Amino acid sequence: MKIQVTVNGKAHEKDVDPRTLLVHFLREDLGLTGTKVGCDTSQCGACVVNMDGTTVKSCTCLAVQADGSQITTIEGLSPKGELDAVQEAFWNNHGLQCGYCTAGMIMTAVELIDKNPNPTEDQVREGLKGNICRCTGYHNIVKAVLAAAEAKRS
Amino acid sequence: MTTRIFGSGIRRREDPRLITGGATYTDDVKLPGMAFAAILRSPHAHAKINSIDTSAAAAAPGVVAVYTGADTDGVLNPIPCAWIPPDSDVKAVDHPALAKDVVRYQGDAVAVVVAENRYQAEDALELIKVDYSILPAVVNPEAAMQPGAPQLHEDAPNNQAFHWVAAGGDTDAAFASADVIVKDTIVHQRLIPNAMEPRSAVATWTESMGELTLWSTSQNPHICRFLASLVTGVAEHKIRVIATEVGGGFGSKIPVYADEMITSFCSMQLGRPVKWTATRSEGFQATIHGRDHVEHVEMAATREGKITAVRSVIYAGMGAYLSTAGPGVPTILHGLMYCGPYDIAATKADIYGVFSNATPVDAYRGAGRPEATFLVERLVDLLAVELGIDPVELRRKNLIPKFEDGHDVASGITYDSGDYEPILNMVLGHVDYQALRQEQARMREHGEYMGIGVTCYSEICGLGPSQVAGAVGFGGGLWESAIVRFHPTGKVNVYTGVSPHGQGEETTFAQIVSDELGVDVDDVGIVHGDTSNTPMGWGTYGSRTTAVGAAALVLAVRKVKEKARLLAAHLLEAAEADVEYADGKFFVKGSPDQSKTIQEMATMANVAWNMPEGMEPGLEASAFYDPPNFVYPFGAHVAVVHVDPDNGHIEVKRYVAGDDCGPQINPMIVEGQVHGGVVQGAGQVLWEGAVYDDNGQLLTGSMTDYALPRAHMFPNIETLFTVTPSPHNPLGVKGIGETGAIASTATIYNAVMDALRPLGVTGIDMPLTPEKVWQAIREKQGS
Ligand code: FES
Ligand code: FES
Repeated sequence: MKIQVTVNGKAHEKDVDPRTLLVHFLREDLGLTGTKVGCDTSQCGACVVNMDGTTVKSCTCLAVQADGSQITTIEGLSPKGELDAVQEAFWNNHGLQCGYCTAGMIMTAVELIDKNPNPTEDQVREGLKGNICRCTGYHNIVKAVLAAAEAKRS
Repeated sequence: MTTRIFGSGIRRREDPRLITGGATYTDDVKLPGMAFAAILRSPHAHAKINSIDTSAAAAAPGVVAVYTGADTDGVLNPIPCAWIPPDSDVKAVDHPALAKDVVRYQGDAVAVVVAENRYQAEDALELIKVDYSILPAVVNPEAAMQPGAPQLHEDAPNNQAFHWVAAGGDTDAAFASADVIVKDTIVHQRLIPNAMEPRSAVATWTESMGELTLWSTSQNPHICRFLASLVTGVAEHKIRVIATEVGGGFGSKIPVYADEMITSFCSMQLGRPVKWTATRSEGFQATIHGRDHVEHVEMAATREGKITAVRSVIYAGMGAYLSTAGPGVPTILHGLMYCGPYDIAATKADIYGVFSNATPVDAYRGAGRPEATFLVERLVDLLAVELGIDPVELRRKNLIPKFEDGHDVASGITYDSGDYEPILNMVLGHVDYQALRQEQARMREHGEYMGIGVTCYSEICGLGPSQVAGAVGFGGGLWESAIVRFHPTGKVNVYTGVSPHGQGEETTFAQIVSDELGVDVDDVGIVHGDTSNTPMGWGTYGSRTTAVGAAALVLAVRKVKEKARLLAAHLLEAAEADVEYADGKFFVKGSPDQSKTIQEMATMANVAWNMPEGMEPGLEASAFYDPPNFVYPFGAHVAVVHVDPDNGHIEVKRYVAGDDCGPQINPMIVEGQVHGGVVQGAGQVLWEGAVYDDNGQLLTGSMTDYALPRAHMFPNIETLFTVTPSPHNPLGVKGIGETGAIASTATIYNAVMDALRPLGVTGIDMPLTPEKVWQAIREKQGS
């Protein structure tokens, strides 16, 4: 099937097998490997991208469902050479270790802060429920998200 | 002196590529002409394979090849185990990469399909017809050793993989004359490591050169190369293993698995690159599990509370085959650590390694030491109750007094340094222990159940002296090496044999170099994870990367510095003895204006226009470091929990980790290691556990069924530190990667039992799920 999607501001027209998962389309057809696959049951959030303004787990969505949409992945979150406040906060606060969950965490956090610019610690923790990190114990991720929210507010 | 960068919590240099999606993990590798492999796994825990029909799969769209055990037989050697404890009778049973006649656990590899893309490969798997005769299965390691249990391997009667005893002091006499003995049966359930990056391999065979390149999710690429050579028969110098970006391991990426070898086999057969990546569910079945102990343990003491002996009989599940380091975990890393931080005159560990119809077991964060700490700390709490002594006081009474350079314990090992009381006092002061006890008493009056768990621990890591490695049956060395190379522009590269995968050594190693040589930290590049450009090393596990790898690095750095000093003396026309170094400069004693920078020396050494007589060009050095002893970090942790007796729900209100890992190169990274470890240990006590049914079917086979800690399940972690250097390490450093997991399981368990004591509940098997806690309370109330 032919689909048209705009990813990180760039329009693509591609022929895909209808069963292709969005995450595989991004990683294999477009070569955007920053988005990760961490599970096969929609549990881990490593694959989170932004589609038309909301986060989706790209392992739980078919590429054909993305037809006509605007997608942002971790590679397109900030202009080349710059960092989004959330990326910067993850860096400053040691919000990552192996980095495998990080793209999904950051994409989730960006939306969380967009919707709630002044979240409490509990709200951050609730908001990250769908993303698993095995390395950090979440402590510094939560700290990073709170710091990013503050940076964005000021 | 400028500010030292050693000890400063600078941001990690790894992060820019990781926060922008720019890193290349194994599954991100894409090679021209690459095909995809998918592995068919046994749905049965134990069965005879009568026949395999691959014809339909071979004819399916996109399929390039299908292979079974008949194809790999005689081509791939069996998957080896690299750790055979001495005097233990280990049965090195055959572990074929693809099962031949019998499958022994659900997940055992049976066939592989290679296709043009991963969808086609997986489709074709479903077309393979395997005719099995199902055999009876056994999963529990203690049950597997009982007469009449189903047998896994012909040459391992009673499923006994090995029997190993470590004893020191007269345990029997201590128990015979004890005033008090406390006992328990502890079950360390199987845990599934679940590093967030699934295992993956990309193999490419260059027929014309006879060379194999393997990208592999490995914590130890050089060990992988070594074992891959044994399995594939390709000479070691013709194999290149690349593991530069690895998404967590926690021990699960130490082993060399059948899957990576099968992928290599496919590439060698087909002459094109082949990628295999585990699905998460596949990882649940076919990536090692951790723990799996059934332990019968007891502690002897005097009425005054002096602990006199600890002993155990342990059935340690090995799963269906011996994984790479599997037998080393319940033996050396466990049975030698029964003193913990206490002065205990006699300990005995009587350990049976047992085969059962389940996924192989190997090192998982802490590997043997969480079980040892749990055993000791659980028994100390039981003893405190028995004697009516406050558990903290009982601990204090038994702590080994401060020692700075060696303390022998009953099991025969020598702790390097320890000062256990200050960190205990620090955490107790931090939480105001007495006030907490008062609050607990008040709450109990209102039917609210708060529990306080306090543990002290000492652990063994920084693996370790190679001579000991040999003596304890590890089939390799445990030294490390590093090359430090100055380029003509004064920039530096370090090539290290360790292989960090989240621990941040690209940053901390650069800090060490910067500190020692006075070069800017950004002028130092750290290269790791590729056997083609790094020196031999034994990898990243056992909290050894900094303790051993950085020690090798610092020795190499010091060699380079000395060469640069001699060169500077030559150029300054000064006597060698008169040239000193400070802040990146060599200067003539007493006349600091006459100086040369280390960068100038790098340039001169590289162009070699004016070298002292007999000095070789170039400014680089390599060093090897074989530690004279392990390192022994220690600490004290406190957990405060609330248990709701109406629904069994446990809430961890506070967690305080007090640790001592010696001097810290980057405190921010140290804290991060503690956080992650603590939550992993909490996972074991509160949520995680592999569940098999009686037929050996893994019921917790995906992330939907296996509860991993999530952000809302645990509070912030309060970290405190003391600093007691290791006397034998060139930097004084000890390991910190596993201490969190080593201490937190016991700490939280003790806290929950402390909360439940007024309700009569004294022990529950982990994980302490609300249902089990509620049941236990019900039973006591009904009785
Ligand atoms: S890969 Fe999408 S939720 Fe895990
Ligand atoms: S940083 Fe490794 S999984 Fe989150």
